Amino acid sequence: MELLDKIGSYCLHTPWLYALLVLIAAPVAGALLTGIDRKLTARMQGRMGPPLLQPFYDTVKLFCKSPMVLHRPQLIYATLHLVFMMAALLLLAQGRDLLMVLFVQAFSVICLVLGGMSVRSPYSWIGSQRKIMQMLGVEPVFLLMIVALYLRDGSFLGSDLFAKGQPLLPSMPLLFLAFLCAVAIEFEKSPFDLASSHHAHQEIVKGVTLEYSGPFLGLIEIAHFYEIAFFFGLMMAFWHTNIIIGFLLASAGMTFMTILDNSFARLTPHWMLRFMWTVPLSMALANLIWLWVK
Amino acid sequence: MSKAISKSPWVVHFNCNSCNGCDIEFLACLTPTYDVERFGVLHVGNPKHADVLVVTGSVNLRNRHVLKNVYDQMPDPKVVVAMGICPATGGIFADCYNVVGGVGSVIPVDVHVPGCPPRPEAMMDGIIEAVGILEKKRKGEAVDPPLLPVKTVKGPEAPPVTPEMAAKIAAAKAAAEAKKAAEKEN
Ligand code: SF4
Repeated sequence: MELLDKIGSYCLHTPWLYALLVLIAAPVAGALLTGIDRKLTARMQGRMGPPLLQPFYDTVKLFCKSPMVLHRPQLIYATLHLVFMMAALLLLAQGRDLLMVLFVQAFSVICLVLGGMSVRSPYSWIGSQRKIMQMLGVEPVFLLMIVALYLRDGSFLGSDLFAKGQPLLPSMPLLFLAFLCAVAIEFEKSPFDLASSHHAHQEIVKGVTLEYSGPFLGLIEIAHFYEIAFFFGLMMAFWHTNIIIGFLLASAGMTFMTILDNSFARLTPHWMLRFMWTVPLSMALANLIWLWVK
Repeated sequence: MSKAISKSPWVVHFNCNSCNGCDIEFLACLTPTYDVERFGVLHVGNPKHADVLVVTGSVNLRNRHVLKNVYDQMPDPKVVVAMGICPATGGIFADCYNVVGGVGSVIPVDVHVPGCPPRPEAMMDGIIEAVGILEKKRKGEAVDPPLLPVKTVKGPEAPPVTPEMAAKIAAAKAAAEAKKAAEKEN
């Protein structure tokens, strides 16, 4: 036991080892969460569903396929999407400046949009434009969340936030709800699955990722696993004082996302934008004002 | 690696010239009753993401280029499953002036699923068969060309008429005529 503790603290206090651990554990956790999500969705629809490890099989398979590309910039965008997502996760895990984390994550999504815009397929263009609309809906909520953290703790640093002994949820419940809506958009869940949905491939034929195939689609899948781990971590951060409660909170958030996905049909991008700029944004603002007055 | 490819066949479905009977049955495979997703099958709309090409219907002069194009866009390794009798031989459309024939005349077919339309169980069986071939192709092993379904347009020969049957037929004819005569009189 003592040895385990020693190894644990060594890993935590050796920056490169810690970074390596995060980079390996995150996609595995993301893939597992996706597997659970698919299984849960199937059960809700009265089906058996794919095996739990299906996302792993899918990703490994994509790397077995022969590479096919249209032009080189496409590859660069796919790689950058993954790299920036990894960077955002690392910055978050190391407790760096949260604004920086937000911008790096947004830049990663921008890379995906640029990749989608760099080809001439109309569906890919539609997907990219919808992705931009999604960012317009999501980013203000994230920004307000970080401003609220600053109002509470007087610092933008993640490590300062973790040092405080008070959990976040009691002081920002409305912001958490707004954040859940934003995460549903980032995960491409119904009713917000506009740019490239996972279950229904038919409307715009997978949108942004239309022209990627084989290993390059695999890169984007892995980036998506990182993204899931990233937002799971952020949800856990709402109750950072106790890791078990934090985990339960994040799991509840993921379950909510799956239920949302199965109970709504896809709606239009304009509806999404109108919704995001009214309900979640005003909830976030109300929470912010409350924090400021307090 | 090969195990992963056999556990995650993503299917793109191309309707060549079909009467939609096969398409409806194929979509039935996705419903909770059959749930083909438990084998890892995902129904994608994009040939660039797919491993298995499911073709329904016969090939005509117009759509053969489209079929070839869809096939060429799929990254290797890939397999083709012909669902129904139409993509095997042309089926009931075989004699139409614009029909070229089965899918085999344009792209190499790996599995034929016979039936008009095949039952969803048979279709799932065909996809699982195709997955085995996919695994072989990934390893670079040789695969046998598939057998065409045997064409059975005519039914079996009618049995010979026995004396008792002839008597019965004569009696039935006489009864029918008597009935007609009775109706005339009325
Ligand atoms: S095989 Fe039969 S059901 Fe299928 S497309 Fe041909 S005619 Fe229609």
